[in-house]
Amino acid sequence: MPKDNSIKSVLIIGSGPIIIGQACEFDYSGSQAARSLREEGIEVILINSNPATIMTDPMMADKVYLLPLTVESIEQILEENKIDAVLPTMGGQTALNLCKEADELGVWKKYNCRLIGVDVAAIDTAEDREKFRQLMVKIGIKVAPSRVANSFLEGKEFAQQIGFPLVIRPSFTLGGTGGGFVHGKEDLDAALERGLKASPIHEVLVEKAVLGWKEYELELLRDQKDNVVIICTVENVDPMGVHTGDSITVAPAMTLSDTSFQDMRNQAMLMMRSLGNFAGGCNVQFAQNPETEELIAVEINPRVSRSSALASKATGYPIAKIAAKLAIGYSLDELKNQITQTTSAYFEPALDYVIVKVPRWNFDKFKGANDTLGLQMKSVGEVMAIGRSFTEAIQKACQSLENDAVGLGYYGKSLMKSEEIVEYIKTPKWDRIFRIKDALMQGVTVKTISQVTGIDKWFIYQIQQICSIEKELMNYTLQTLPNELLKDAKKNGFSDAQIAKVMHGDCTDEQVYEKRKSLGITRVYKMVDTCSAEFEAKTPYFYSTFEN
Amino acid sequence: MSQTQKNAILLLADGYVFYGKAFGKIGTTSGEICFNTGMTGYQEVFTDPSYTGQVLIMNNVHIGNYGVKETDVESDTVKIRGLIGRNLEEQFSRIQAKGSLEEYLINNNIVAIEGIDTRALVAHIREKGAMNCIISSEVLDEKELQNLLNACPDMDGLELASTVSTSEEYELGDKHSRLKVAVLDYGVKKNILNCLVERGAHVRVHPAKTSLQRLKEFNPNGYFISNGPGDPAAMPYAIATIKEILKEDKPVFGICLGHQLLALANDIPTFKMHHGHRGLNHPVKNIITGLCEITTQNHGFGVDPEAVRKHPNVEITHLNLNDESIEGIRLKDKRAFSVQYHPEATPGPHDSRYLFDDFVKMMQN
Repeated sequence: MPKDNSIKSVLIIGSGPIIIGQACEFDYSGSQAARSLREEGIEVILINSNPATIMTDPMMADKVYLLPLTVESIEQILEENKIDAVLPTMGGQTALNLCKEADELGVWKKYNCRLIGVDVAAIDTAEDREKFRQLMVKIGIKVAPSRVANSFLEGKEFAQQIGFPLVIRPSFTLGGTGGGFVHGKEDLDAALERGLKASPIHEVLVEKAVLGWKEYELELLRDQKDNVVIICTVENVDPMGVHTGDSITVAPAMTLSDTSFQDMRNQAMLMMRSLGNFAGGCNVQFAQNPETEELIAVEINPRVSRSSALASKATGYPIAKIAAKLAIGYSLDELKNQITQTTSAYFEPALDYVIVKVPRWNFDKFKGANDTLGLQMKSVGEVMAIGRSFTEAIQKACQSLENDAVGLGYYGKSLMKSEEIVEYIKTPKWDRIFRIKDALMQGVTVKTISQVTGIDKWFIYQIQQICSIEKELMNYTLQTLPNELLKDAKKNGFSDAQIAKVMHGDCTDEQVYEKRKSLGITRVYKMVDTCSAEFEAKTPYFYSTFEN
Repeated sequence: MSQTQKNAILLLADGYVFYGKAFGKIGTTSGEICFNTGMTGYQEVFTDPSYTGQVLIMNNVHIGNYGVKETDVESDTVKIRGLIGRNLEEQFSRIQAKGSLEEYLINNNIVAIEGIDTRALVAHIREKGAMNCIISSEVLDEKELQNLLNACPDMDGLELASTVSTSEEYELGDKHSRLKVAVLDYGVKKNILNCLVERGAHVRVHPAKTSLQRLKEFNPNGYFISNGPGDPAAMPYAIATIKEILKEDKPVFGICLGHQLLALANDIPTFKMHHGHRGLNHPVKNIITGLCEITTQNHGFGVDPEAVRKHPNVEITHLNLNDESIEGIRLKDKRAFSVQYHPEATPGPHDSRYLFDDFVKMMQN
């Protein structure tokens, strides 16, 4: 299906102020979409109440409105401009909500403005837990058992039917406020009361908690012909129970067999195709039982989301840019891969590196805040690192947190004994990854750590490799350090400062740098090219690493 | 990579050398080098008979993470000749797994090398094309390796299908089914047979050099021409049989090597590709329906696009969206069709399974 030439001007709605859970990723998607539409000769009008964004720079759109994100502002813009279509999927839930509100008031109809890249009914289904559950049951996708309760007694009855552990999710509250896990009978009454009270309509969802299951996210794109591709598969290192925005995540998925992955891929495609009729991006989350490999669908977001920005950078596939083109009528097979410029945009990126995202929290600035991670997202930002191994990527990520960590394990070094650490890491907190490394250094087994944290053993084994290298390094001074070990440390993401700190005797990072330079152990630069080097890339970007 | 691993060496026919660490069996192996960009399903890939004679680079940087499982196989043994990786993992995590990749390779006598800058190596192959290579963790002298490498046969003109075909006939599926498929086994993947059996077919699998007479004794409703390794042009026996099969006027379905053989049986030549297609993300457009499918591919030979386009009796059904290569054909006057890619996938996306439904429908009508 070619471009719809009746669309000559498009309104893009931004995401407004930066809040936890909705930050610059929507600035990124909005800017990409604006550029993508203008490339097609379409006039782009943009509204955002937040001037501290790239998308509101004068060169990004033909016209920028710095107005409050309200229906009145929308009417004013439609009054002043002839706008053919509105693209509301680039500004997160804020933009979608505003679009819906205007839709209910008949504003779009009044000004003869079409909604593109979105299906309002699809948003409703995705947002309403009960509608979502019913749709999933209808199409044969498993979800966690749940019931909607409107009273305390109902809640207790459903809790008994479903069994512990449970999640209580109040209806119509922002960012999971008032919700929480209930591990046993003794906590139920208080949690139910808190949830019902938090909900403006006195309603909660009582849901079976799949704590400890593995969590995965898939990023999809669909065009009007119903072609669907999976752009990226992201694995959460932290199991279910920690908000994905607060989880350390890895791409591509590290511990997923093809059988499991294809199962997930098929289900995600079925979900997206069953959820209304729209062309654009979509994010689907799954939980996997590590024993049976059974899947349940956690949620679906029929829009460009926080994770699509990460997936774009992780794969090189510009999701928002392509999603905008799909919204104006193109099909995927009519578009080119933006990086190779010769191959098709209808494909699934192949990665030959590992991406690790580590969230950044600022609990020191929120005195008194509870630093336990759970249903509500608490991180204020994130770092993304690229390496030719998980060990390299996670160490680079830790070095980029701007919190003085020179690698994995040298931040706020713990004085706890191993039994204390094992107890401490049972609760997900911001520093858990560092404490896991401390535990391994003290000889706690991979099995124990995996059992108490629910983190897949594979990741713990990898961190153990970092520990073995660190222990080896401790035996040497700069003069006695074997070349092979130095090379191995660099390949596993050790920074020069980290090596200097770990080694026996005094030395500085400059000295480590000089030594490795003299040995020819220097950085090489590799491309993010969407295709694992299969095709030549015209506009790739680069990351540094160490090879033999 | 641990400090105790033995050194290993990889030498390419054009003289390029890579140094790494030994993994799997300690020894020496040689074959044609190729790369696979898939990010899941390494065990299915390693056991795919179409990889016979190939030394495989896995582009994905961690291989072995979820160990090996008895059921994730496409044949009973590992078929690749050797394995090259960046990080081949000894430690794995999957509750359903039966063991580690390393044990598995050792038990299957497969020599592997890791710690290789696979990205640089793949870029080299992409530029220079497929060539022979040798991996060793016992002979570390480059001159000696060069001599051993010289003895490795060229893939162009090499007949390998009969070496991986079944030696005895066997049957699968419901014996009372009215739907009978005669399979010509040139190295058939297990899941192709599953896909037929799942759709109710009674399947009899035949050795590569089975005569039409014997195939007909099964009284099949349709014939399936399997995937397999090697150069299709070096298989005159198969081309002759397929020519005879086509005269039977029964439904015929070919996959990969089977696709190339169907083309050859219609006098369309095949050619050795520069470096082949191997991965799980190849975009194919069905030009009959206009819809697209993400496909699994594994081929180093292709059918001549010019000859296909000129052929009065052959129609193109599928095209590759990246390089416009021929992905599917059908005969205009017969119920015979074939695809270059792998609709059974394993590993890979299930987008193209409808082709098995099409074949079954064709046999039912």
